[in-house]
Amino acid sequence: MSTQATTDTDPVLLLSGVTKVFPGVRALSDVSLTLHAGKATALVGENGAGKSTVVKILTGIYQPDAGHILMDGEPIQLPSPQSAEQAGVTAIHQETVLFDELSVAENIFLGHAPKGRFGLIDTRQMISRSTQILESIGAKIDPTAVLRDLGTANKHLVAIARALSIDARVVIMDEPTAALSHKEIEELYDLVEGLKRQGKAILFISHKFEEIFRIADFYSVYRDGQMIGEGAMQDVDEPDLVRMMVGRDVDQIFPQRTSNIGSEVLVVDTYDHPTEFAQISFSLRRGEILGFYGLVGAGRSEFMQALFGITRPSGGSVRIGGDPVSIRSPADAVGHGIVYVPEDRGRQGAIGALPIFQNVTLPSLHRTSRQGFLRLAEEFSLAREYTQRLDLRAASLDTEVGNLSGGNQQKVVIAKWLATQPRVIILDEPTKGIDIGSKAAVHDFMAELAAQGLAVIMVSSEIPEIVGMSDRVIVMREGRIAAELGRDQITPETLVGHAAGLSEAV
Amino acid sequence: MKRLLASREVLLLIAIGALMTVIALRFPAFIAPSNLADVFNDTSPLILLAIGQMIVILTKCIDLSVAANLALTGMVVSLINVAAPDTPIALIVLLATGFGALLGMVNGLLVWKLAIPPIVVTLGTMTIFRGLIFLLTEGKWVNSHEMSDAFKAVPRTVVLGLPILSWIAIAAVIAFTIVMNRTTLGRAFYAAGGNPHAATYAGINVGKTQFWAFTISGAIAGLTGYLWVSRFAVAYVDVAGGFELTVVAACVIGGVSIMGGIGSVVGAVLGALFLGIIANALPVVNISPFWQMAISGAAIIIAVALNAQANRSPGRIILKRAEHAT
Repeated sequence: MSTQATTDTDPVLLLSGVTKVFPGVRALSDVSLTLHAGKATALVGENGAGKSTVVKILTGIYQPDAGHILMDGEPIQLPSPQSAEQAGVTAIHQETVLFDELSVAENIFLGHAPKGRFGLIDTRQMISRSTQILESIGAKIDPTAVLRDLGTANKHLVAIARALSIDARVVIMDEPTAALSHKEIEELYDLVEGLKRQGKAILFISHKFEEIFRIADFYSVYRDGQMIGEGAMQDVDEPDLVRMMVGRDVDQIFPQRTSNIGSEVLVVDTYDHPTEFAQISFSLRRGEILGFYGLVGAGRSEFMQALFGITRPSGGSVRIGGDPVSIRSPADAVGHGIVYVPEDRGRQGAIGALPIFQNVTLPSLHRTSRQGFLRLAEEFSLAREYTQRLDLRAASLDTEVGNLSGGNQQKVVIAKWLATQPRVIILDEPTKGIDIGSKAAVHDFMAELAAQGLAVIMVSSEIPEIVGMSDRVIVMREGRIAAELGRDQITPETLVGHAAGLSEAV
Repeated sequence: MKRLLASREVLLLIAIGALMTVIALRFPAFIAPSNLADVFNDTSPLILLAIGQMIVILTKCIDLSVAANLALTGMVVSLINVAAPDTPIALIVLLATGFGALLGMVNGLLVWKLAIPPIVVTLGTMTIFRGLIFLLTEGKWVNSHEMSDAFKAVPRTVVLGLPILSWIAIAAVIAFTIVMNRTTLGRAFYAAGGNPHAATYAGINVGKTQFWAFTISGAIAGLTGYLWVSRFAVAYVDVAGGFELTVVAACVIGGVSIMGGIGSVVGAVLGALFLGIIANALPVVNISPFWQMAISGAAIIIAVALNAQANRSPGRIILKRAEHAT
């Protein structure tokens, strides 16, 4: 699959044989990357492919466990972010890392401000050089303005100006268009062209094929921490890239399940939100696993939070079991039989300082209490029933959850939700950040829930999981439903195609 | 959790015991039952306020306005007593509790609805409450001779060997032990402070829970306000000035985590007793009040360090797992 990148210039920066291992995970395995002066290289891959890890190695945040970084053919070390800046590598991140309360010029020169007498900051020089840099990228921004008063696009320009202020030779742009409007994206394209003319080597990370084909000269595709292919953009088309990104085979084992889909439980009709999503309509049946796929920031979690009553939608309605219901708080949602197992279980899942039984019964207290007084015996029996069903091993139900292992904490969280006897369970990234073995356990469990007649909504960014588990998939893009796919339409190619908004779905 | 809390509380009990032993060696009369009863009575206002503060701190908040609330409510009921000396004391007690609760609700609403940090809210209301006293009285005192005898009698009336003030503290300890351990509201306090996100997903309204914590703290402060001015038979702007910090100190010494989610009524009471014993004993054994401050300060730091140690235990998870494996 790999074609040799042909160019008339020697590479500015070369990664070769780079490997990075985290406990239990091989984030990068023998990958390479080549960046040329005056050219843009697109780094393409699914979530978890290893793109961020490479960026962190290039910016001195992570150290590779094996492999070399060559600059102009000379091996270099980047032991810290400062050393990366000194080597001329700079990154513009997805969420701009700037300081809202400082001025534009201070942001541009933070950490390397021009010094005058007695080592004090030479404000005048800082402002005049800021003006120069901002003009060079065509930005009409007052260097003395406070950053918080600027819009997102201008903040991006400041981030870019900051990158240029250190005389960077390598500029990393990590999803720079994620928060920009159409017109601002056009301006960013011009800017990238300008940087290329100045001879900068650009590493461009994006999920959007349109901009990759527009901007990049070369591509590198990573998948699961491995280098899949690289070459010149003119030699590939969109389907080629998608094939490389998702791979041909789904090499994970998913539980065999015969879906036993029953009556309609949940109907969502034209749910709207002022900023996060619009026109979300779908229905869900008993025993069904409905996958929600999309790129990060497509509005899936935001929609789920609104459905669960954490945020308020601006319009739309919900029916549960045919009856219109109003969900104005999580308590309403739980009362109507909807539960939400959030993505960040550490932060949003269990309460470490409380014992197991109190964690399990927390959303069900209305059933284990009378007039506000708790019935401890009922609490214990409820907690015992569900922890036993999940095979949770703990010395006693009085044990603080904070003292349990990660896997057992997860079981407490799930037991907590099952104890509410829900009709609809929303699982947000149920296997994110857990090892393969635990993933299989979660998948088996999910299949079991569906088999018991629960309606499951699974929000996931992992294509194998979506393909392996879903009876039906809703693909979201930019806050809207891009496609609804039936069982036989769910392929990695269709998912990626709809999520990225390809002109013609592959 | 029970075991951990127990160990924390047992530790504090041992510390109190050691303190009393040291005092008793130099001044045996200190541990005579009648004197201990006096110490307890003297510490009762602190015990009451510490219980309210404990609940507020549990929910990741802090109430710096308790002492000002106490002073304002005390002044209001004193003025009512001066204007209408025949007002039944039961009504006065009810008014004090209700008015204090109202002031607490102001704190709670600002924290809940406007999401202002609790320390800012209560720092503000603390100053406002004190200012209101001045506006009400132009700085004048309400003195003993202006108060009716019935108004002054209540906290001192001895029932079954203890003054009513002590009985009220004991009743509060029992009532709030039940509230915290046996009601959904009590559970909500722990959950909201222990992990606000998880509590939200479990259907608990964290802001509303904090509102109720402030309301309870305010109600207790109001009740204590009446007890305080009637006991000392005087009400003025600076009643209990700076006492809010002693109250917070009692909580911290009693093992209440300033990060929220951890704490118990018994712990808060023991923390208050520890400070109460120091305050009562040191003058007796001829140690200057400045040492008293230093000892209280050291006790706070030691308590926080011990709690931090107890909460930081990365190895414990592995040990627990090994335990289960066997």
